[in-house]
Amino acid sequence: MTPTLSAMVLFIALPIISVFIQSLHIQHQQVIVVSESCGPFGCTKTTSVDTEATEKLRSEQPLGQFNGFNTYTNRSHLAFAEIVEAWNSMPDTRTFLDRVFNLPFYKALAFTLTYTLVVTPLVILLGLAIAVGVNALPKIIRGPSIFVSLLPFLVTPLVGSLILFWMVDGDGIIGATLQLIFDDPSLSLKASTPLMWIMLMVYGVWHTLPFSFITFYAGLQTVPQNTLEAAMIDGASKWQAMTYVVVPHLMPLVYFVTLMLLMDNFRVFEPIVSFSAQAHAQSLSWIIFNDLREAGNPLFGSAGATSMMTIIGVVILLTPVLIRTWREFNRRVK
Amino acid sequence: MQHKGKGGKSILRVLAMSLVALWLVIAAFPFLWTIWGSFKVEADFFSKADWANAIYGIYTIRETGGPFTGNGYFGAWIQEEFWRNSLNTLIVVSFTVVISLTFGTLGGYALARSGFRYAFWILMAALVFRAMPHITLVSGYMLPFFEWNIWGILPTTIIVLVAINQPFTLWMLHSFFLNIPKDLDESAMVDGCTRFEAFRHVIVPVMWPGVITTGLFSFLLAYNDFAITTMLLSEENETIIPAIAGFLGTTQVEGNVMFAVAAVVSATAPLFVLVLFFQRQIVSGLTAGAVKG
Repeated sequence: MTPTLSAMVLFIALPIISVFIQSLHIQHQQVIVVSESCGPFGCTKTTSVDTEATEKLRSEQPLGQFNGFNTYTNRSHLAFAEIVEAWNSMPDTRTFLDRVFNLPFYKALAFTLTYTLVVTPLVILLGLAIAVGVNALPKIIRGPSIFVSLLPFLVTPLVGSLILFWMVDGDGIIGATLQLIFDDPSLSLKASTPLMWIMLMVYGVWHTLPFSFITFYAGLQTVPQNTLEAAMIDGASKWQAMTYVVVPHLMPLVYFVTLMLLMDNFRVFEPIVSFSAQAHAQSLSWIIFNDLREAGNPLFGSAGATSMMTIIGVVILLTPVLIRTWREFNRRVK
Repeated sequence: MQHKGKGGKSILRVLAMSLVALWLVIAAFPFLWTIWGSFKVEADFFSKADWANAIYGIYTIRETGGPFTGNGYFGAWIQEEFWRNSLNTLIVVSFTVVISLTFGTLGGYALARSGFRYAFWILMAALVFRAMPHITLVSGYMLPFFEWNIWGILPTTIIVLVAINQPFTLWMLHSFFLNIPKDLDESAMVDGCTRFEAFRHVIVPVMWPGVITTGLFSFLLAYNDFAITTMLLSEENETIIPAIAGFLGTTQVEGNVMFAVAAVVSATAPLFVLVLFFQRQIVSGLTAGAVKG
């Protein structure tokens, strides 16, 4: 028991603290030396990077310089200065918003939130509909249809999104067909921001739909048949039985699925790598990844600041659901 | 829902059926298409002119002499040494599953029998780990790992994956052990077994269904991970998922997209087999959390 608990502390709490400390620092500037060389035509100053001194500084203080909360407020994060500037110089709200959503952090936030808020309800509604549909199928077909449905959910996200990307790309079967239908050979995922957003969300629905479908399908097996029959005898139509008996019975499951989907969708990351979508859509996870990947010299401070804000975002997103879980839990314990 | 209506109700039924049929096509078609296409040449797989080329393999016949070709697989597995990545994946995944199950069963059993109100806190920890984008944690690990000189090697990655997996594993196994009646091991202890012997001889034989389900999910987490493996492993230690991402950068430029397609199909195959054999356990594991709350 103790090893597990201490491992949990070690690997949950410490990284978060470490991320926080990193986010307060900034990588060292390169040490610049100015040397003056004097020749017959006067003196010239040359500046050069003192690699040795830079290396020494970096290895002495791997964290970098202390920077307080400045990383949080700089241009690539919360960008207070730029927003104030945009607010003061812009005549109307539209151009102001345009400017704000061109800042990297807000751009990523906008995509992440849109993705989460579009995909989650879609997946819940479609999942419920398909679960009801499959439940009406003869028993023999149910097994295979669940097998087929599981595939998009269990496939590695990076691999699954690649499979879709190759189909919807300009040369792929769906992409080429779309070009034919709209008679526009320049119509391509790589060139169109709206199309890219739509395709990323289509991937999101494709990938997570099985989860909601299977959970609801399992829930449908536990619907009390007596109540259902009573409703039918009292003259309820199928639709009424659905909305007044089945859906209320599934409500706890809807909360559960919503919680899971919010968490999964908020961290959308792999499809952006697979679709090479960074020119059109970036998510919070992706900008952290991008900071860390910075060849040879990862921007730990910047990644840390975005990570902290992402964690805060997750907490805000989950608070309503968490409060509900806490209440339920207490009720059950009492 | 035994009462099947006539007339208006059957329209609803047809609608539901067609929705299901549509979904099944959408779910399966991308896989079938890609598997089929992985045995073609690039000009057929990405056939802009006529999609039927991909089916008949016009260019594949022209370039290789037969309607199917294994060039993509040869290129990926031999030329780009994908087998090395597969070996790394095998090591990482099997160690992650074995270690997290060992700690998970012992810890989960202890928790389930302690009677202490841990449950809420493990659930919370499991939730927190589920909620946190893994990449945010990775940025916390990277700098210390660089400093201690343990970045880039397989054991570090295995430990991190186990740690991320642990709250979930504990939660699953804990609720599974709660369902095994206490009387079972208590009667063994009355008969003179120690706590450990009771665990060893009474609980272990009946715990396999729960362990298998939990193990499946540990496997999926370790196998499907991209954020952690891509940031924490050096190039020669890469597992297959970051390797595929790497293919995108290098081979696409050299016109070897089919290598990546073959690698993608190879990476999907084990999951295919997994779903085929363990469909019931996966479904029960997926819904266990939901039904119990």
